This record gives sequence, C-alpha cells and structure tokens, in this order.
Amino acid sequence: MTLVDNLRTVWRYRVLIQNLVSRELKARYRGTILGFLWSFLNPLLLMIVYTVVFGLILNPRDEAIGATPWLYSLYMFCGILPWTWFSSSLLESANVLMINGNLIKKILFPAEVLPVVTVTANLIHFFLGLPILLLFIPIMGKTFTPYILLLPLVVLVQYVFTLGFSLLISALTVHFRDIKDILSNVMIFWFFSTPIIYSLKMEVLQRFKIVKLLLNLNPMTHIIEGYHACFFYGSLIPWKRLSVTLIVSLVLFAFGYTVFDRLRDSFPEEV
Amino acid sequence: MVAIDVDGVSRIYQKYSARHRFSTFKSALVRGDLFRTLRADEVVAALDDVTFKVEKGRTFGVIGENGSGKSTLLKLVAGISKPTSGRIAVEGKVSALIELGAGFHPEISGRENVFINGIMLGLSKKEIQQKFDEIVRFAELEDFIDAPVKTYSSGMYMRLGFSVAINVNPDILLIDEVLAVGDAAFIPKCLDRIDDFRRRKKTILFVSHDLSTVEKVCDRVVWLKSGKVMTIGEPKRVVDAYLQDVAAKQEQSFARAREERQAAAQTFEEERRENRWGLREVEIKRVTLRNLAGQEKHVYAPDEGMVIEFEVESYSKINDFVFGIGVFNSQGISCYGTNTSLEEFEPRLIQGQGRVACRIERLNLVNGTYYLDVAVHKKDGYPYDYHRNLYSFLVTSTLKDVGVARLPHHWEFSPGIDIKAPRKE
Repeated sequence: MTLVDNLRTVWRYRVLIQNLVSRELKARYRGTILGFLWSFLNPLLLMIVYTVVFGLILNPRDEAIGATPWLYSLYMFCGILPWTWFSSSLLESANVLMINGNLIKKILFPAEVLPVVTVTANLIHFFLGLPILLLFIPIMGKTFTPYILLLPLVVLVQYVFTLGFSLLISALTVHFRDIKDILSNVMIFWFFSTPIIYSLKMEVLQRFKIVKLLLNLNPMTHIIEGYHACFFYGSLIPWKRLSVTLIVSLVLFAFGYTVFDRLRDSFPEEV
Repeated sequence: MVAIDVDGVSRIYQKYSARHRFSTFKSALVRGDLFRTLRADEVVAALDDVTFKVEKGRTFGVIGENGSGKSTLLKLVAGISKPTSGRIAVEGKVSALIELGAGFHPEISGRENVFINGIMLGLSKKEIQQKFDEIVRFAELEDFIDAPVKTYSSGMYMRLGFSVAINVNPDILLIDEVLAVGDAAFIPKCLDRIDDFRRRKKTILFVSHDLSTVEKVCDRVVWLKSGKVMTIGEPKRVVDAYLQDVAAKQEQSFARAREERQAAAQTFEEERRENRWGLREVEIKRVTLRNLAGQEKHVYAPDEGMVIEFEVESYSKINDFVFGIGVFNSQGISCYGTNTSLEEFEPRLIQGQGRVACRIERLNLVNGTYYLDVAVHKKDGYPYDYHRNLYSFLVTSTLKDVGVARLPHHWEFSPGIDIKAPRKE
C-alpha cells in the first residue's frame, strides 16, 4: 500500500517536522517584544472584546446557550479557537508548497512534510490559546466536569480532518492557483455553516429541519459540538456523530493524500 | 563498481500557457478529468536519451552551455525530479550542493538553520551536534551564528550553506556551479574540501562553467548540448571539443554583429564618420582577419597567429604613405601598435589597387575582446583613411592569466621545490 509506505516515510522525517514546527512558531514572533506572550494575549484580547460586545452591548439571550449574556462570549470562544486552527491551517496550506518552492526544487524530502508542519504548528497555536479558555470557564461561572478529559479525541478527529483537507488543497493549488481565492471565500461561508456563533439547539433551527440536516452534514459541526460538550456544557461528547466524522475524516485523508501523491512529481517544476 | 548509472534518461518539461491552464481548470471542474488534462501539448526535452556511468570514487564533470540540461541532470541524480523515461540508479548517500542554504529561514538564527538544513540533508540531530563547531568554523561565522540569517551577507549565507552540505559526509556529492559565488579566500577552501573528498574515494558529479577547474579536478567529463550527450571522455579532449564549438558559435555571432554594424553604419552615416576619417586619397576598402592558414576568423586562441589583410586603392600617384595597425582591449588600452614608418619602411609609390597584409605569428594576448585600428596616413600624421575600432576579434582559452599581453615565458624550479606541473597533452 503506497499510503502506508508514505506514512512510514513521513514518520522517518518526524525530527524534521518537529524542527520545522518549532521554527514556524519561533519565526512567527521573532522580532516582537512580547514574543510567545502574544499566543496568550491574542485570544485574551479577543475574549475581552467578545465579552464587552456580546455581554454588554448586544446582549443576546437564548435558552440554548444560557441564562446570562456573559455565557454567550464563552460559548463563542469555545468554537472560535478550534475554528481558527482549522481555517488558518487551510489558508496557509494553500500557499505552503509555493512559499517553500525553493526547498521542493533543491532538496530531496517528502513534500507532505510541509502541510503536516502547517497543520501541526497551528495545532500548537490552538493549544497555546487553551489556557485563556480554561481560565474563563470558572470566571464565567461554569464548572469543569471529567468529560473535559475526552478533549484529545475531539482534537484527533479535527487533526485528521484538517490534515486530509490541507493535503488536498496544497497539492491542487500548485496547479490551480485560483483555489487560494476561492478558499478564502468558502471559509467565510463555512464559518457561518458551523454552529460557532449560534447553537444547534436553538429553537428556530428545530423548525427548519432542512437547515438542520444540512448543518449536520458538515463535519466541522460535530467537531465544534465536541468542543462545546467538553468546555461549555461539560457533557459527554457526541461520540456517535464524532465516530462517523472520524470515518469521514479518514476517507478524506486517504483521498487527499492520494491526490497529493499523484501530483507530487509535478511540484518541482510547477511551484 | 558503478556509483551513478544513468541509462537512456530523458526528461520532458511541459509548457503550459496561461490559456491552457484556464481551460484545464475549467475542464477539470466540469468533467473531473484532473489528471488527464494536466498533460500539456507543448513539450521541451531538457534531457534526451542521456547514458553514462560514473565509477565509484571518480570525479565526473558535466559541461555545456546554459540550458543544455546540466542542472536537470543533477536534479534527476539527486532524486528531486523523476526522469520521463529511462532509468537512474544511484549507489550510496547523496548530498546535492545545488543551491546553498536553500532551506534557510531568514527570521531564525544561523544555529537553528544549521540544524534544520542538516536534518533536511539527511543528518541526525546528534550528528549535527557533533559536527556543529566544525561547520561554524569552516563557514567562519563564529561571531554571527546566533544572529538571524536575514542579517547575513550573501557570502556568509553561501558559506554556511556550503559548510552544512559538505559536512553531510555523503558517498556521492553533486556540485552545481556553487563555487561561483565565493570570495577569493573561500573558493580555495572549498576546492580543498573537494580534493579531500576525492582522496577519500568519494564520487563527485561536478557541474561547472569554470572549464579550467573541470580540467583540473575531473577524471572524466561529459559535454551536454541541448539535452544530448555530445562526447564523454578525457577532460582535456572534451573541454577542447566544447571550446571549439563555443568558438564556432561566437564566430557566428561576431559575424552577425559585424553585418548588423555595417548595415547600421549605412543608415547612420554620422556615426560611421566618427570612427572613420580622412579624405581617402588612399582608401582602405576592406579589412579581413584570417588565421595563418588563411581562414577568415574572429575568435582566436592566444597561441594562434593572425593575418590582418587590407585592400587599398590609391586614386592618384602618392609617394608619402604609411600603413599602420593598433590593437586595443575592451578598456581602450593600447596593447600594441605599429606602422610601416616606425619599422623604417621607405614609401616609394602607391597607385591603383593593392593588398597589404600584416602577419602576426602569435597573438600572445590574454582572454578578451580586442578592437583594431587600421590606417593609412602621411609620415607627418595627415590621415588618408583612418579606421578607428571598426574591427574586433575575441581571444579565448582556459588559461586565466591577466594583463595586457602574454609575455612568452616558462617556469623553472630548483630541485628542492616540490611543485607539480599542470597536466598537458
């Protein structure tokens, strides 16, 4: 099986991946005074803005999310953090082979290392944002439940899904540069098609069955719902739906990797 | 034992036009035939049925003009791209010095870049730690290794890249024209390292435009021309064949430039007058440069001879006339000038048509373009017809001596001095 062989090769290059990820993270804040602190500051500032806008000004109230308006900002933050991981991974993947064209042209190494690095670096970034979220959960009056320990499973599903998509996007963008622009528009649409700023439990959605069905067909819905379960509701993750999502993710991953593998030989001359 | 076996290798590159790309994108979306439509209709063969073997421990040179497929060949041997047809077998660990510091990230320090670059080139973290000091010392970057690479000069960048690549300790080293950027102190150091590799019986594939280095370091040389193998064999022989081909090409472009200049001169009479003056009581009608065998030529080797031949016509009986020539290099420095008066020829009479030839037995000039003055004038300097820099020729060779002229010389050493003479035919 070529897929297995390829995975084995990537595993052999894990030290390189590790170094490239740390290079990516270091380079991101190189030259800034606060350095890594920005990884905490960015989500913190975001959280404060949400709290002020949605807690004080807009003041949305919905049974599905909670009684106090403060909770809405927490709810939104639970979804925004993993969404940022997903969307920046994809948007960066669209460019990653071209940006590193010099490497692909001059050095022999498996090119899939590059999208893997992109997704992983953004994962680390996501992790760095988690302390702020964990800090605000008790502040906003929510409590931790043992179900939060299931978080790694949700992260795993999202990782496989994101990586599969990234491989596909990065390989195709080499040939069709338009994808980069299409993608940035699709991501906005996708953001609103995922229950991040609203909840699946909202009453209005119960009336429009067809909309709810469409939302359920979106794999990101179940992944984000998983995070909501872990952080916000403190309930068991929707494991049946997440299992199906994992299977879908694995299929996507296999498909994305196959496309990547078939286009691989064209990279050195096309990037 | 064979280290590199290239067997009937071709590499076809595809040319996608912008329009073609658009139609494939559309058809890929509409018909879903992504892989099929990616095949382009226009193709260029960068390599065409190339076959050669490199024995283990040998240094193999690749020469050829720009675009002859040298770098493509190296990329195929390195495994970076795949041949369209044919087979390449490589025995041992390969390190390619195709572009130095290709993987360097400008924002992070030299130290971190050494680690990442080293890992990419196939070293383990532990190996890099062991070799780190040596890498830095060789690159002469002890004071700057913790500074971000973006602050490096291009020389520092290149030195660090070379130092990492050479310390990978491969069985096969691929070198692509990378020495061209080093300074006068660093290049000999690199060449020393390459010599060291040869002594340790490692295989080297060496691509360079520096023909004298190729002749010096290579055991065998292949000459590629538009993707095809022209000859493979002894360095001296192949380099000479290549130089002859280049000379023939230069000859053509020289002739073309001359034609163009003549055509232009007819249009711009003004400009022509600037470089030619005199009332033409005696006219120089035509000047030809020939080698000693009588062939018309514009590209010469330094040890070749040249005949400057001019056809003259005098429209009346004239008894005061001097023929002169002057050779100038591209900086306008006079390399040599003489005339019949300086050499104490006594003019008696010139009338009607005639022919004058100045035969130079050996040019003894260094490499470069030379311009020729040809004139006929009175003894007191009054010009009949003066042609200034209207003719030019080229001197090329693998020798790199400098100056205005090559003084005939040879070297002698007392027996106590151990020095190896260059390889000569």
